[in-house]
Amino acid sequence: MNNAILMSAGADNIDFMIHGIISYKLFGQTVWITTSHVCILIVMLLMIALAIAANRAMKHAKEIPEGFQNVIELMVEKLDGVVYGTMGKIAAPKFVNYISTIFVFILLSNISGLFGLRPPTADYGTTFALGLITFCLIHITQFKNLPMKQIWTDMCSPLPPWLPIWFPINLISEIAVPVSLSLRLFANVLSGTVMMALVYGLLSKFAYFWPGALHAYFDLFSGAIQTYVFCMLTMTYISQNYETE
Amino acid sequence: MNITGEDLILACSAIGAGLAVIAGIGPGIGQGIAAGHGAAAVGRNPGAKGDIMSTMLLGQAVAETTGLYGLLVAMLLLFVKPLV
Repeated sequence: MNNAILMSAGADNIDFMIHGIISYKLFGQTVWITTSHVCILIVMLLMIALAIAANRAMKHAKEIPEGFQNVIELMVEKLDGVVYGTMGKIAAPKFVNYISTIFVFILLSNISGLFGLRPPTADYGTTFALGLITFCLIHITQFKNLPMKQIWTDMCSPLPPWLPIWFPINLISEIAVPVSLSLRLFANVLSGTVMMALVYGLLSKFAYFWPGALHAYFDLFSGAIQTYVFCMLTMTYISQNYETE
Repeated sequence: MNITGEDLILACSAIGAGLAVIAGIGPGIGQGIAAGHGAAAVGRNPGAKGDIMSTMLLGQAVAETTGLYGLLVAMLLLFVKPLV
């Protein structure tokens, strides 16, 4: 990283960028497999291992749970409670699996900074993909559940539906949803990553033990809050389309 | 000492990054107001502490977004250097 401003501060070991590992050609473009892909792969393998272990544990489920079965039941019950509390009884059964999956994925991704990985959510590609999935879910449920007339009325909302002056403005606010969702998660995790890289790079002689407190704040607290916020907003946006039932 | 055009752009980018982070004032005030009202609500109704906490944290995280946009602009100016 050739950076004049940080170089002049005497720190040449600050590194929080995404690095390419393997490049290959695709339709004349050079595409890179980056460190984010590797970290996502690690997180996904961990999730798959957790799922297989949970499946094993639940096959031999006991009447009085003990050990690992307790952990799994606690997780599933808490996530179920959050989703059912936010989305209501009609919408929740359709989305509880998806919301729980992205909850575990984002949480593990945010926490992975604690284990020396570069968090995959500090790459805008990851969070924008999550935002796009939310955007598609919002509009698929909207077209499925609401009549066209009401969607049109909502899009022209402060003015009557025969006067669509506000339509472009509402369109922009619809497009802003995935952008702001993904940028919020991305910027939070990135700011934590940059802050930790600066602490370890600039204060490397003094950085013993006390950065643990910063790790607890940036990786655990901030990561958990942003995970909760992302899932909460996704659920709120989706369940808006179920209000009339 | 010769100052090339690139040096000038880098220096102005650093100033611009510093100005962009002033955006942090807004979320600071907003989060403080939210936390104050949350504390008042817990004082009025201590039984609903859990609900108040989760609502407050959600609102604060949403209010934080504008500050993070400022931070992003600053980081783009410093590290990606789009103007050079």
